[in-house]
Amino acid sequence: MSFIQTLISGEQKLFKSDSLTQMQKITLRFVVMGLVYYGFVVIEGMIMRIYQVQVIASIGADQYFAILTAHPLVGIFGSTYLIVFGAFLFLVPFLMKKPIWSIKLANWTFLLIAIGTFVFWAAGFVSHYAPLYTLYWPLPADFSQFSPIGGAVFITGIALVMVGTVFFVINIFKTIMYTPEGWDKQPSKKLIKSALGIDGFYNIFAKKEKKHLVSLPVAAIARGTVDVALNAGIILFTGVLILVYMVAAIFGHSLEHSAVDALLYKNWFWWGLDLIADGLVLIFVAGTWYLLATLITGKKLFMQNIARAALLVELIVSWTVWSHHLLSDQAQPAILKIVSGELVTAFELITQGLAFFIVLATLWSARPLKMTAPLKFLLGGLLGFALAVPAGIMQADIGLNRILHNTQWIIGPHVHVAILVGLSMTLYSAIYFLFPILTNGAKLYSNKLTNFHFWTHLVGGIGMGAFMGMAGLKGMLRRTIYFDGEYNLYMILAAICGALLLISFLAFFFNIAMSVGLKGVIGIFTPPTKKNKDLVPAEA
Amino acid sequence: MVDSSIVLTGQTLAYTFYCSVIILLMIWFGVKVTAKGKSTKVKPGVFYAFVIFLTVLGVSLHIITYNTIPWTPIDVKMKTITADRTFEIGVENHEFKLPSEKLKMEVGEIVKFSVTSNDLTYGFGLFRKDNSMVMQMQVVPGHKNDILWKFTKPGVYSIRSTEYSGPKGIAMIEKDVVVVVESL
Repeated sequence: MSFIQTLISGEQKLFKSDSLTQMQKITLRFVVMGLVYYGFVVIEGMIMRIYQVQVIASIGADQYFAILTAHPLVGIFGSTYLIVFGAFLFLVPFLMKKPIWSIKLANWTFLLIAIGTFVFWAAGFVSHYAPLYTLYWPLPADFSQFSPIGGAVFITGIALVMVGTVFFVINIFKTIMYTPEGWDKQPSKKLIKSALGIDGFYNIFAKKEKKHLVSLPVAAIARGTVDVALNAGIILFTGVLILVYMVAAIFGHSLEHSAVDALLYKNWFWWGLDLIADGLVLIFVAGTWYLLATLITGKKLFMQNIARAALLVELIVSWTVWSHHLLSDQAQPAILKIVSGELVTAFELITQGLAFFIVLATLWSARPLKMTAPLKFLLGGLLGFALAVPAGIMQADIGLNRILHNTQWIIGPHVHVAILVGLSMTLYSAIYFLFPILTNGAKLYSNKLTNFHFWTHLVGGIGMGAFMGMAGLKGMLRRTIYFDGEYNLYMILAAICGALLLISFLAFFFNIAMSVGLKGVIGIFTPPTKKNKDLVPAEA
Repeated sequence: MVDSSIVLTGQTLAYTFYCSVIILLMIWFGVKVTAKGKSTKVKPGVFYAFVIFLTVLGVSLHIITYNTIPWTPIDVKMKTITADRTFEIGVENHEFKLPSEKLKMEVGEIVKFSVTSNDLTYGFGLFRKDNSMVMQMQVVPGHKNDILWKFTKPGVYSIRSTEYSGPKGIAMIEKDVVVVVESL
């Protein structure tokens, strides 16, 4: 096949979009849109990397901070939420061998998150609304710096994403618990107990083990979804509060900022935000690792009951660690700093360390394995968290936080290595694994490009985090602009690594586009031919 | 005497060593798990030993830093310590309002920086001439934001807001306003 033919029809014309079930189409829409938003994030990131080397005259400081505000939100909601939610809406029914509860709700989740992300991104781009994702009070309602109209549109976009998220939560739990038409009555209560890990915890101490009604990956998804729900509630509540101030300002009234206690606000908002960083991300990632390890090896997971119990512990830990974000807040009670900020946070070293060990031990039990793309990226994802979690534990120390807080150390070796290397490579592993299942046997265009994608992403992600971290240790702050090239050596090296990440993503995107073809990509977004709830075609 | 530059050097060495070990471990694992050979099960004892190791590591980090980083016990016991000198600093409209043009103090004194914001959340950080950080704290409106600090060397430091307070906040730098001299 010629290059043009492959570009139009896909590798060996194997991908036929009209063969896709409704569920496959929905899942692929989530993934494609998530990858498009990931492209946004990489380009925004590259603009900011260049800006840190040399201030770009055509981009003012207000525009720069608008990009800095949108960048993590598009990354988490537009990209990660879409890819993860799409995959889990397919995997939960797939693993439970029952249809999804509501396809309509899944479609609404997709539309609301995709549209909501575009709305808040565009509002930031046009109005330069830039309170950053932390929204420290009363900055989001400071209308001497930001337009209340731009801000109101921005917050509305976030609210749309959160409503889509709530629909996802409902769909996941209903799918676990409901009885499909024509089936025997399902034991809803027992299913939810198993999904939340209560049975796994009981089995550690019981002489006679209770049978697990849901598989471990479904249990992980259910537990992470609890944090998704709580997080959506906090963000929606905070969004409404900010909207009240904005609407008042639009109608010419100025509400008193001191009506909201800035420290209390910071506590509740970080409690909610941390349910993403230290909650659902870690739990979902651990669950995805377990799933991939068992699928790659075909073996049972090592220490399965401990793994189940650890997920429950991680869920509880995730509700009690937020104070590590307030170690530099002198008004924060010392007891909260020590217990929540330091000691409970250190538990994450244990829970994530357990997951790391369990996955490696499971893989080890099945050696020799073939170094496939899913295995390669899984190992990359494990390495990412092995690097990023200890970096986070170090900054969650009262003494070290005094000289690390808000420096590039936080955002480099911890956040970017966790997200770009740990989380993204885990997601890539899942994408490469699910690709033939979701496309009914389509073939990847080039294995060489997959290898290129792996190495450039790994080196770029770790390298960028490392050079940002080095600058942070020299005092470089994360949320300001340096005009005199104070940290140019580190920022140039970080920009080169950022460029590797961009090239890596383009190679991956090209590889996928060539695999399914442009006709295939368009076909994913056309209405399905069969409107049933089958996950894969019955004849496949 | 231990200051932030020494602590950060120690951290750099420790974290670089750890990263090198974990990267080499993953490379070794990747080679071994795909090499010809028999599959073997990992003994549960190894797993439990690893759990104990992680627990000891997580807790000991804080014990070590408490006993080696001089400002940590001062921070934790702040309410019971009396400062030798106090500077009241205000922040409003993206500007620091200092009690005098230069804030002068002596080596070895316990100095209290009491910073109050009248509008937004800011940061308060001290930086050396090479831009490296001495220390920082958050400045939350409506609350007391006090930090006690003991300088161990003479020097001249700049104050900079370490927290984002909108685009206007990037100019919040007071150059060379903190002057620490040898004790008389």
